[in-house]
Amino acid sequence: MELILDGVRKAFWLLVTSDPEVMGITLLSLRVSGLATLVSLIIGVSTGTLVALTRFPGRGLVVSLINTGMGLPPVVVGLFVTILLWRSGPLGFLGMLYTPGAMILAQAVIATPIVMGITLAAMQQLPKKLRLQILALGATRLQLAWILTKEARLPLLAAVMAGFGGVISEVGASIMVGGNIKGYSRVLTTATVMEASRGNFDMAIALGLILLVLAFAVNLVLTRIQQKERPR
Amino acid sequence: MSRPGAIIEGRGLRVTRGGSVIVDVPSFTVEEGEVLSLIGPNGAGKTTLLQTLSYLTKPFEGELFFRGRKVGPECPVLTYRRAIAMVFQEPLLFDSTVFENVASGLKIRGMKRGAIREAVTESLGRFGIAHLSDRSARSLSGGEAQRTSLARAFAIRPDILLLDEPFASLDPRSREPLIEDMQAVVKSTGTTAVLVTHDLLESLRLSDRIAVMDRGRILQTGPPEEVLNAPVDEFVATFVGTGTILKGQVVRNGRDTATLSVSGREIESAGSFPVGSHVILCIRPENITLSVPAATLREDGAPVTSARNVFAGTVTRVTPMGFYQKVGLDCGFPLVSYVTMQSRESLKLARGRSITVSFKATAVHVIKKD
Repeated sequence: MELILDGVRKAFWLLVTSDPEVMGITLLSLRVSGLATLVSLIIGVSTGTLVALTRFPGRGLVVSLINTGMGLPPVVVGLFVTILLWRSGPLGFLGMLYTPGAMILAQAVIATPIVMGITLAAMQQLPKKLRLQILALGATRLQLAWILTKEARLPLLAAVMAGFGGVISEVGASIMVGGNIKGYSRVLTTATVMEASRGNFDMAIALGLILLVLAFAVNLVLTRIQQKERPR
Repeated sequence: MSRPGAIIEGRGLRVTRGGSVIVDVPSFTVEEGEVLSLIGPNGAGKTTLLQTLSYLTKPFEGELFFRGRKVGPECPVLTYRRAIAMVFQEPLLFDSTVFENVASGLKIRGMKRGAIREAVTESLGRFGIAHLSDRSARSLSGGEAQRTSLARAFAIRPDILLLDEPFASLDPRSREPLIEDMQAVVKSTGTTAVLVTHDLLESLRLSDRIAVMDRGRILQTGPPEEVLNAPVDEFVATFVGTGTILKGQVVRNGRDTATLSVSGREIESAGSFPVGSHVILCIRPENITLSVPAATLREDGAPVTSARNVFAGTVTRVTPMGFYQKVGLDCGFPLVSYVTMQSRESLKLARGRSITVSFKATAVHVIKKD
């Protein structure tokens, strides 16, 4: 009990004094996961919409692959990206391994199928005739996709939440491709793992709390938007 | 080349799904400025034909011409689609305000803001929903939502309006005024419209021409009164509520009339037909008059009525149908007549009652059987 209370007290102090190391780690976490989510949104929403709107041979397989991808183990993604970026690997020449860039790449790989899957489901939930109606209003294919995306904006917010929530709390891939380098590629999750293994529970608790608050805050904002838009 | 006056012409239109033919229409035209309705039972292919005309659902076989230009090679599909507007049974509104909904087709066309405002305001006014402009489309009643959907379609000033059962899911209170408003807008703008409906009354009321469909084919196309009074076959006759459909054989031809034998009785019809040929007789229930036996005979026994066909009959059944009474009769052959509640009481119509049945030779429509 003493251990926990002491840890919480020290953690609180670290937060109140906005300890530069803690702040640095937090900002990097936000930046890496935010960018990864953005990348996954761009790829996931467009591809998800495309798959939802077109019929092609092997579509069923693609859909089930996307759905499987929604549950990709981060460690496997980390391994895959590590091999990809390894000095002698296919993308080794980029020299990206153990950089924040590599972490963004790995996290984007994790978040993209999540966003894609939710987009696909959201688009398929719209009335089938809505597509005909939009085309009958004279829309081009691109305008059709844009209007449908706007119509599915509420479930798409869920995709943002799920994507961001998934990657900000992910540790396996980040530690593998980022290397948890102090002041460079150390994020909330990797730092928490390290501090806890060292027995620095005050620091670990502080980082863990920030992670919780962040995840909560992002979801709160998005949920509020969603609730406001919801019909009475 | 397509015919002048035709705004849409279809040739060899055929839609097959999973091996079965859903639409098979060798030739089809919609005239400039007319309201044409496609009627028929469920599964007749009305909606599929409409969607083929809208060029929205492919694949289909055949060619479509818009004002004489073939859609695809001579008239780009997008140009064609932007000449049409479509309204479905469901309002299919976007999750935004009524104004934004009505503006959507214009926005898609890249119209300037000021022009959009003007066109939207006009369209909202035409459908009496100007006061709903800022309301969320989600908060509308069924009637208001369908008004918004129609206003959205009219805002783009379409050359052709395609309507897929737009009034089918409305309650009578919002349905009636909306049909009237739409009719007024169609008339005043001279918009060509194709209406899909399974409601005969609705199509009789709105259309310049009616096309009756069954199992993917168009059986008859013509003005409402023609389809009603001169159905081309038994299916159309049944669908338009002919009531009495009898099988007969031509006995002889007189001056302007033919005598037909039905179950041993003789019925006179207008026209002349090859003697001995088998025919089908159609008599609409509203053209059959019932009277008390004594009233139709003069003292010398001759009928008072000018109708050529007078029979003694027995009432087999009286069914109240809301505003009128459906009376089943047996005159040696079955007949169906409609009477008002008042007539039912004054004629004391009930099962077993003897009654005089009369109808004119011109009330008998004859279909030649081959």
